[in-house]
Amino acid sequence: MTDGGRPMAHEQGRGLSGRGSSSAGRLRVAASGAAPLALVVVLVLYVSGPGSTMLDVGVPLPEVTIERVDFVGSEILATVRNTGPIPVSIAVADVNDRIHPAAVEPDARLERYETAVVRIPFDWNVAEPYTIGITTDDGTRFEREVESAAPALRPSGEMAAFFAVIGTYVGVIPVLIGLLWLPFMRRMGRQVYVFFLAVTVGLLFFLALDSVEEAVDVSQENLAGSFNGLMLLATSVVVSFLGLFYAGERLSGSRGPGNGDRAEGGDGRTGNAASPRLAGPMAIALMISIGIGLHNFGEGLAIGAAVGLGSVAFGSFLIVGFAIHNVTEGVAIAAPLSRERVAVWKLAGLGVLAGAPAIFGGWVGGFAYSPIASVVFLGVGAGAIFQVMVVLVRWIGRGDSSANRGNARGASGGGSGLSGAPFAAGIVAGMLIMYVTSILV
Amino acid sequence: METGRLRAVILALAAASAIAVLSASAISDVYTEAQRPPQTFVTHTGAVITTTGEVLDPVYQVSEVEFDPDEYLRNFEYGRVSVDGETGQTVREYVIVAEDDLVQEIAPGVFYNVWTFNGTVPGPTIRATEGDLVRITFINNGTKPHTMHFHGIHPAIMDGVFEPVGGGGGQFTYEFEAGPVGVHPYHCHIMPLEEHIIHGLYGVFIVDPKEGRAPADEMVMVLNGFDTDFDAENNFYAANTVPFYYQHHPIQIERGQLVRVYVVNMVEFDPINNLHLHGNLFYYYPTGTDRVASFYTDMITMSQTERGIMEFTYEHTGKFLFHAHKVEFSEKGWVGVFLVKDPGPGDDGEYSGDDGSGDDSDGYAATGGSSGAAWEQARDVTGPAAAYDGRGAPDGA
Repeated sequence: MTDGGRPMAHEQGRGLSGRGSSSAGRLRVAASGAAPLALVVVLVLYVSGPGSTMLDVGVPLPEVTIERVDFVGSEILATVRNTGPIPVSIAVADVNDRIHPAAVEPDARLERYETAVVRIPFDWNVAEPYTIGITTDDGTRFEREVESAAPALRPSGEMAAFFAVIGTYVGVIPVLIGLLWLPFMRRMGRQVYVFFLAVTVGLLFFLALDSVEEAVDVSQENLAGSFNGLMLLATSVVVSFLGLFYAGERLSGSRGPGNGDRAEGGDGRTGNAASPRLAGPMAIALMISIGIGLHNFGEGLAIGAAVGLGSVAFGSFLIVGFAIHNVTEGVAIAAPLSRERVAVWKLAGLGVLAGAPAIFGGWVGGFAYSPIASVVFLGVGAGAIFQVMVVLVRWIGRGDSSANRGNARGASGGGSGLSGAPFAAGIVAGMLIMYVTSILV
Repeated sequence: METGRLRAVILALAAASAIAVLSASAISDVYTEAQRPPQTFVTHTGAVITTTGEVLDPVYQVSEVEFDPDEYLRNFEYGRVSVDGETGQTVREYVIVAEDDLVQEIAPGVFYNVWTFNGTVPGPTIRATEGDLVRITFINNGTKPHTMHFHGIHPAIMDGVFEPVGGGGGQFTYEFEAGPVGVHPYHCHIMPLEEHIIHGLYGVFIVDPKEGRAPADEMVMVLNGFDTDFDAENNFYAANTVPFYYQHHPIQIERGQLVRVYVVNMVEFDPINNLHLHGNLFYYYPTGTDRVASFYTDMITMSQTERGIMEFTYEHTGKFLFHAHKVEFSEKGWVGVFLVKDPGPGDDGEYSGDDGSGDDSDGYAATGGSSGAAWEQARDVTGPAAAYDGRGAPDGA
């Protein structure tokens, strides 16, 4: 697995040096690579270029998407993006299907994917629902509903502090509290240890699915079809997973090839091997922190956007729910470290790494909400968490082989590895804990 | 080993920066156009808004629509008149051409495929006297079959229902005796009827009594709407096609002058339409068939193709709103203003007795307590209102 990147580099080297008898040969290689691309360009130009009428069939329909609606002073601001196949001009703005004089900045004509802000002077009332409509030059009306009007958040010190406080309550403090289970986990036997690691896997699995679900919601509600929200999400998840997987293997695998898979090389001693800083349990804990941090960034985005879009009455109840929910994330970070000696500052650092992104997420979500960015961040977070799950499962699996060798209980029900009851019970428990605490949110 | 780790770090950084760039470009909206000089516009409630962008203003911007509601308002087509040598009957001959491929700007910035009689929606106002022979050479230059169906009394063959006139130059001559007295709609009657009507194939047919009516400032108002996105709901409403037009260009009338409005409701989809006049009441003659007014009111309600004649005289000068009191319609364009002025110096002897008039015209701006306050306040704002007035009265009045 760790060698995944190397053969490629190897081949590349051979391609360049082995065959490169002359520069003409190299040129031929380059040409053979570029020729199909050039043909694609020719094809595109021929079919869609100027003067081509070959495929002029059907009528392209204009489409604009109202990406966000802000309530500012006595104006309603609608951010409009041309998400259709042809340029459009915005002709009319309405509020609740009643036409109003308005301004569109910077101008009314939108090329593909261009955005503009439509300013509709309107004395809106707090907490009332509004439907904002935009009519294009061909008379087609597009609308967006806002459940409950709330003053738009403007970046200010006060609001930044507000989100920092919320992020601290929701992210940092719960994670740190969860880490305090570490001394308790230290005193556990092998089976309980595996159980807690499995609980972590369960928690993470739930979080990852939660991120995916949230991203799907965002893409369906706020993203125009032309952005292929689901595919953007899938791409983000896979890129994030593979990127972190590769990086993680490089970082923790610097002791030598085949680290993770070689059972005989990796029993209890792993943590003290060649690279003491980033190997073994600490590396896993760090990756869990990063993964959870990305997830919490997404959570912060959701909170910030909810406040910003006025779709949620953000009460203390919600903060309590998120806080309890997120305590479990501390457990997830602590579990792999329970066999290690870890400096307190490192532990706190991990906690902050996992929790603080909720603050940044709140800022971004509240002040500069973008559905595309949300989907990307949530997808990256999910990919990161999946990657951590894989690392954790392998970490537990190594217990399998060591147990096999050690006390010969092996694959039978009482094992302490992947096939053991603690693993299954832990995953179930982890997901149940998350489900129950998620009801509070 | 070190190079491997370095490569990993570089790769991770590259991935992170790629994600960052992607997100940043998604977060920040990229504005490609240079900024324009600031413009101002006035809202319904009188606020003055400054913008560096373009104004989407169906109320106050000068419209460049091809159809001119001012011209249509007081235009009556009497046809080519001749007298039948044998019967002595007046003959009025018209040529009406139907088209269905025009795209016109029916509201500022909104382009719609209109189907037209003689190139406009509504079609020309055909006017005859009771008993005249009306002969209409109908030419269909459209792509679909069309007809002209007149409300009124005529032979079955002239009803414009069972005799579709094919497109691409098909012809039919409608010939009937004008009657009964009143105001009637005409429209295409090809199925699907709704489609042919909502695209604009309708107009007004006025039959005057032989003895004539009292001299008046006469005008035609067709109450119509456009469903520009084909969802069986009108996106725009108006008197005479262009939303908010007469609010922007008030209809100028004289104090003390009898005003006669031939009003025809051609709105589809909505079961009713209505009309409310400010600062006055009017005599209403449903269908215009009776010489005695049925109502003295400031509010009439009409279903599809219901029509009638309104007669009123203003005692006070100033600006008076008229609009659908189904306010949804007025807020989508069916609203206008009568600007009542004192008669010119040459002919004011008859009406100059009213001392209160000057106060009233001033008082309008000060009080603004009527249901039209929102619209009227808009003109209280000094700066842009002045500009608006300048644009609003292109006739130089």
